[in-house]
Amino acid sequence: MSTLARPDLRDVSRDDTSLRRFLHGLPGVDQVGAEGRAAGLATRSIKTTSKAWAIDTAIAMIDLTTLEGADTPGKVRSLCAKAARPDSSDASVPSVAAVCVYPDLVATAVLALRGTSVGVASVATAFPSGRASLDTKLHDVRDAVAAGATEIDMVIDRGAFLAGHYVQVFDEIVATKAACGAAHLKVILETGELATLDNARRASWLALLAGGDFIKTSTGKVSPAATPPVALVMLEAVRDYHAMTGERRGVKLAGGIRASKEAVRYLVMVNEVAGQAWLDPALFRFGASSLLNDLLLQRHKLASGSYDGPDYVTVD
Amino acid sequence: MPTKRPKQTTPKQPAADATRLRVRKTYKLYIGGAFPRSESGRSYPVHSAAGDLLAYVAQASRKDVRDAVVAARKAFAGWSGATAYNRGQVLYRVAEMLDGRRDQFVAQVGQAEMSTAEVAAGEVVSADAARAQVDAAVDRWVYYAGWSDKYAQIVGGTNPVAGPYFSFSLPEPTGVVGVLAPQDSSLLGLVSVLAPVLATGNTAVVIASEDRPLPAISFAEVLATSDLPPGVVNLLTGSTAELAPWLAGHRDVNALDLSGVVVADRKALQIKAAGNVKRVYAPHEPDWFADPGISRLGAFVETKTVWHPIGV
Repeated sequence: MSTLARPDLRDVSRDDTSLRRFLHGLPGVDQVGAEGRAAGLATRSIKTTSKAWAIDTAIAMIDLTTLEGADTPGKVRSLCAKAARPDSSDASVPSVAAVCVYPDLVATAVLALRGTSVGVASVATAFPSGRASLDTKLHDVRDAVAAGATEIDMVIDRGAFLAGHYVQVFDEIVATKAACGAAHLKVILETGELATLDNARRASWLALLAGGDFIKTSTGKVSPAATPPVALVMLEAVRDYHAMTGERRGVKLAGGIRASKEAVRYLVMVNEVAGQAWLDPALFRFGASSLLNDLLLQRHKLASGSYDGPDYVTVD
Repeated sequence: MPTKRPKQTTPKQPAADATRLRVRKTYKLYIGGAFPRSESGRSYPVHSAAGDLLAYVAQASRKDVRDAVVAARKAFAGWSGATAYNRGQVLYRVAEMLDGRRDQFVAQVGQAEMSTAEVAAGEVVSADAARAQVDAAVDRWVYYAGWSDKYAQIVGGTNPVAGPYFSFSLPEPTGVVGVLAPQDSSLLGLVSVLAPVLATGNTAVVIASEDRPLPAISFAEVLATSDLPPGVVNLLTGSTAELAPWLAGHRDVNALDLSGVVVADRKALQIKAAGNVKRVYAPHEPDWFADPGISRLGAFVETKTVWHPIGV
């Protein structure tokens, strides 16, 4: 693809003109083609042992999320207990990758997850709208990191992006990355507000160039959230970025993924588009809450041979 | 007035008007208020009792059973939470719809149930016999609709207790009920087992008679056009032997009605049903025309007893 021929990426972000030239020079996304390719990948049949593997892999990739105004420390603690041991009756179920909470609840989550492998992610930068001054956003990030968050989910300024102020968005991501310190930075593009797949591709590259460790589809507060065509475009971006730089960046899909079947279809897409190396919680995540219960029900079904209902998993 | 529409025809019968193309009906499942085909894409032929091909109907798979249970579970809170009076009104509305399509049901029941003995004797099933069954089915539905806000007074009541308490017991719906509909009585049997399940506030997943499913599918259309909320009744057609074990083993089903299963096959299903301690109702096949009494109204309820302090 033509982006592969492009030389030095360091020059790209030198100034507004070169950044714009690069982003607008990216090949356009054939929307019909992307939808067709995504629909085609969704027809793969994943059964028996492959399905069991896919379910456990998907569980290990979940960022178990609660982002409600009504979140209480008690709710976060019970979520953390579930994250560390998703099925209290079965120790063979892997822990999820992380829990994802608002910054003021990070300390509660860190305390509850001490001694486990589960990370603590926090949304920051005036999530979900991102409508605040840069100082306020960076303060939000530093707060979360100081409280012990190992991963920060930032939102880009969609207004600036849509107005064409790419350097402003770029600089905000760079500044946020600097404020994160050792914490991993996930950049939320909120593709539901970007209108086109072309914009999703440009925003993906912008976030990758600015140093985001992950690119993430959505906040979960806007519909549509993660859709297969958007996931396809973002996975292509990290694949091409790896081809150009040799560096692997991650993708996180968030919002609206509730059924195991959808999750397994996305794993197929990850494998086929980005490659097998991305089938790893370090490079691919699901931001979800009810998905975990559905995966557990599927796991019960595979183990026992009979269907289970919502009585057999926790009420979130 | 528009011209009179031709009566429903079947593949066997010639079209009423030779110049018109026949509109053949697709018989599908009824899940969550919609009429989907089977997830498996399968169908199977249904013959009249006289041996003529009537139609191909959807052959449900275990995943259709799963989807039906999910739909029934989703509908349970609303249906069980409705007032008993409201449930009675909705069920009465079903009877109104059923009554309005009486001719269609008379034709379908007649085709489905003309006995082999009658075929051997060259006798055409009397429309009267089919009509009698449809009439009885409408009356049976009205009967149970009327019971929905009255059975609690009969099944429940106050308990005389030795202490300063007011103790009373009242029936509450069991939950999602798996109903294996009678195999022979295609409409009256179905109505007689389904109506009491609904009247007491349960939601149902019904597996229709395997060889005589057409009246059941038409009955699903009656349910869809009355005020019954989507998912309260989910009706599947297909192989009873294939589907029943999945329904019996499903841990989100709370009770099982084995009316449509022969005695020899019941034990295996009862064992599967024990996995989550389902309430199992396995009566002898009754004369469906006889007065049903209220035994079925007590089959799928849980008795809650409350002790309330009094005096002081």
